[in-house]
Amino acid sequence: MKPPRFTYHCPGSLGEALDLLATLPNARPLAGGQSLMPMLNFRLASPDHLVDLNALEELAFIREDGDAVVIGALTRQRDIENSALVARRLPLMAEAIRLVGHRQTRNRGTLGGSLAHFDPSAELPAVATALDAEVRIASKRGERTLGMAQFGRGLLSTALESDEIVTEVRLPAWPQGHGHGFQEFARRHGDFAVVSAAALVVRSKGAVTRASLTLGGIAPAPLRMAQAEAILQARGTLAQAAEACGSIEALGDATYPAWYRRKLAVSLARRALEQAMGRAAS
Amino acid sequence: MSALRTVRLIVNGKPYAREVEDRMTLADFLRHELGLTGTHVGCEHGVCGACTVLYEGRTARSCLMLAAQADGRSLTTVEGLAQGEELSELQKAFWDKHGLQCGFCTPGVLMTLTELLRESPDADERQVRDALSGHLCRCTGYQNIVAAALEAAARMRGKA
Repeated sequence: MKPPRFTYHCPGSLGEALDLLATLPNARPLAGGQSLMPMLNFRLASPDHLVDLNALEELAFIREDGDAVVIGALTRQRDIENSALVARRLPLMAEAIRLVGHRQTRNRGTLGGSLAHFDPSAELPAVATALDAEVRIASKRGERTLGMAQFGRGLLSTALESDEIVTEVRLPAWPQGHGHGFQEFARRHGDFAVVSAAALVVRSKGAVTRASLTLGGIAPAPLRMAQAEAILQARGTLAQAAEACGSIEALGDATYPAWYRRKLAVSLARRALEQAMGRAAS
Repeated sequence: MSALRTVRLIVNGKPYAREVEDRMTLADFLRHELGLTGTHVGCEHGVCGACTVLYEGRTARSCLMLAAQADGRSLTTVEGLAQGEELSELQKAFWDKHGLQCGFCTPGVLMTLTELLRESPDADERQVRDALSGHLCRCTGYQNIVAAALEAAARMRGKA
């Protein structure tokens, strides 16, 4: 269909954008538009005002900051995909972002937009959760920074207030020699994953000294599997760690019942962990 | 009726100005306001790829953009690929390899492959198929689209 009526605004600065969001009733920020525009076309969203963030070039950057990589919210997914810095410091992100939609949607889609939309199956919230990302948020009232556990509230729902936008995301880099793995099951390449698994490990003298395992698509928000991480660090096997993903209270629907998602979670967790272990320097 | 907005932009090298509603998509703007009906509209939610254009040199779904967003910008549609009567190498390869049947998806496919071959002149079959994953074609089974893309890449490398 066609979008419902709204008034379009294209602020030239962050301050102007935040002013508009603070004063206009029923306003929605528009970033890359790869989720909001379909929602408008389907009339699943009917804002009275659209505040286009695409002119805010100050929010499009990728820079190294100590032991982290900071990525501006308006950075296009394709620029993250093509970034040598991201490939070097955040190989998990570099791998997973190729599975986000298609090149034509990654040319427009942004990191901040994907986090703010917070689809349970989306790859970028899962990667951000796996890396313990910090999300910087701004409004006319001020700025605040939230970890992913505080940022995510549930299905398509975040801690963002209606006058707030994501401005940047700080992604801590894991040490050189760490292993990463990202696995997902989707019916077609480029579709949202039914379930995805993101794994990071650091190995030393045969033992796993640090582990991160995150599942996407199985719950309303990406799930960190603390139990599986603990099993690995206590010298448990990959199979034991993966099995810990089999008792999650999973989302279920007519197409993908909960039991099926749990089976996928166990298989994908094991594959992602195997991939990460195989890549880690021991 | 909301107020109209003037959108000025450059399409295929030619400047245009039109007064449109804020909610008009770029795809509808190209077709209904500019009469450039080579850009096709299929699903209107970014999945089928038929409406793909080059926006500031990069592929984008024109059904997922507003005409208002393109104000002051420059884009290329399928009508901009040929030089007069002379088809681009990619278009010629589609002709020679029978890379289309009904032709509905073809404009979008051509825009994506134009971008791919510009960025990666040595693109192999895997890369071509990855790029094509953003397009739905219900006729060809994709085989001849892939063959045409690889043929065009080979011919363009031969000329370079």
